[in-house]
Amino acid sequence: MTTPRIELRHVSKTFSGIEHAVPALKDISFKVMPGEFVTIIGASGSGKSTLFNLCVGLLEPDEGEILIDGERPDNRAGMVGYMPQRDLLLPWRSVLDNVLIPLEIQGIPRRESRQRALEMLSHFGLETFEKEYPSALSGGMRQRAALLRTWLMGRSTLLLDEPFGALDALTRKELQNWLLKVWQEFGRTVMFITHDVEEAVYLADRVIVLSARPGEIKRELKIDLPRPRRQRMIAEPDFGKLVRELLTELGVDV
Amino acid sequence: MNWRRDIVPPTALIAILIIGWYFVAKVSGLSSFILPTPLDVIQAGWETRALLLNAIGTTLLATGIGLVLALITGIGIAALVDFWPLAHRALYPILVVSQTIQILAIAPILIIWFGFGVTPTILIVVLFCFFPLAISTADGLTSSDPELIALLRAMGAKKWQIWRMVRMPSALPSFFSGLRLAVTYSVVAATIGEWVGGSPGLGLYMLKSKNALATDQVFVAMFITSLLSVGLFMLVYGIERLALPWYHSTQRTEQWDDLGIY
Repeated sequence: MTTPRIELRHVSKTFSGIEHAVPALKDISFKVMPGEFVTIIGASGSGKSTLFNLCVGLLEPDEGEILIDGERPDNRAGMVGYMPQRDLLLPWRSVLDNVLIPLEIQGIPRRESRQRALEMLSHFGLETFEKEYPSALSGGMRQRAALLRTWLMGRSTLLLDEPFGALDALTRKELQNWLLKVWQEFGRTVMFITHDVEEAVYLADRVIVLSARPGEIKRELKIDLPRPRRQRMIAEPDFGKLVRELLTELGVDV
Repeated sequence: MNWRRDIVPPTALIAILIIGWYFVAKVSGLSSFILPTPLDVIQAGWETRALLLNAIGTTLLATGIGLVLALITGIGIAALVDFWPLAHRALYPILVVSQTIQILAIAPILIIWFGFGVTPTILIVVLFCFFPLAISTADGLTSSDPELIALLRAMGAKKWQIWRMVRMPSALPSFFSGLRLAVTYSVVAATIGEWVGGSPGLGLYMLKSKNALATDQVFVAMFITSLLSVGLFMLVYGIERLALPWYHSTQRTEQWDDLGIY
């Protein structure tokens, strides 16, 4: 049997608030298999970002365990690619120097890491922009640069936390298609947080629905739509049915 | 910098002020002990040029050494309070109090301890300048975005890598604001030290001129002190623009210039 890229077993996390403890996640268990695209959806405050912070090692679970490629390392930092909601590009570094950060952290010689980055720039639509400062880039391009930075960490699993949340609807659709394209081309595993039901269905092999605080897994929904996905599928009945099911699950549509 | 917009207005105003000064000095008939004309001042500067050049050299040397020491102490204190929260709590109030002590009161004590000469002058420059440097650097270091630090940690960065890649660069704009303040104070601080401690710089030139009722020479020293301060300020500003191109990028300013936001 193949080893899951990421496996959570009965993970719980509670934050000690000012007055009383705030439970964020309760008894979360799931697996993400190699090459899978899993989206996680839930109302705000359902602990989606906490889930990622646990996976990347910024937080430790109170209970349960987190396995990465079947192992339980003491320190998970740097083991999976991670992209937070904000692009968080360093304003004092050019686009190229920004995307090189993970390689710099890993201590890879500059010439080699430059080589690797320059090869990928065109896949991310950033060629001819490598010398610009982030302030000169549009929102969509900044997001692509942040994603390239995550990509260059070289990890087989990418955790993307609402990467397109702040973009306008058109740029967003464009980037969804582009992300699916690079994902299929390079065969990485993706976990993708969103609060947009349509986006969740459109991208995923499988959608995990989290309940409101404390976040529990309410439902796992397999998305059997054919790939490659096309934006026009959104208008088709199969797609609509899945969206409706998720909306009901989230309690938005009764 | 836009020549017509940024250079012409202040130059014109200064020219008008100098001409106004000339006429007030002429028309009022005041003796040149009280109010010398701009021409008297220029002449006095020219006549004492050998002495002045020496004085400028001495003052600049003390200022320079003082600034370097202030940089070392200022950044050292900032790094200390940043690494060690206890030091922050313990030192901060003392730092603030240290700035409320009259330098003119400390100066004689420094002379008693270190004798007449250049040492007390340098120390006074340090006392004036380390504070803005320490505060601005410490503030700059705390200003870095915690989410950025979290991201780098999640990428597996070590503490020193986070320092080098995020915390130091994000402290630089604030550090340079402090440095601009410090260099502006520094020349005046040096002349105060010389005035009290007698090392042969611009401060002593000023003191001697005052005692000889050579008011025009006092003006000369005053203007040169200002010019040196402005020069240092502009030097630091230039270095800042070279060091932080992203912070002063043209896009940033041009975009908002037309709207009159700056």
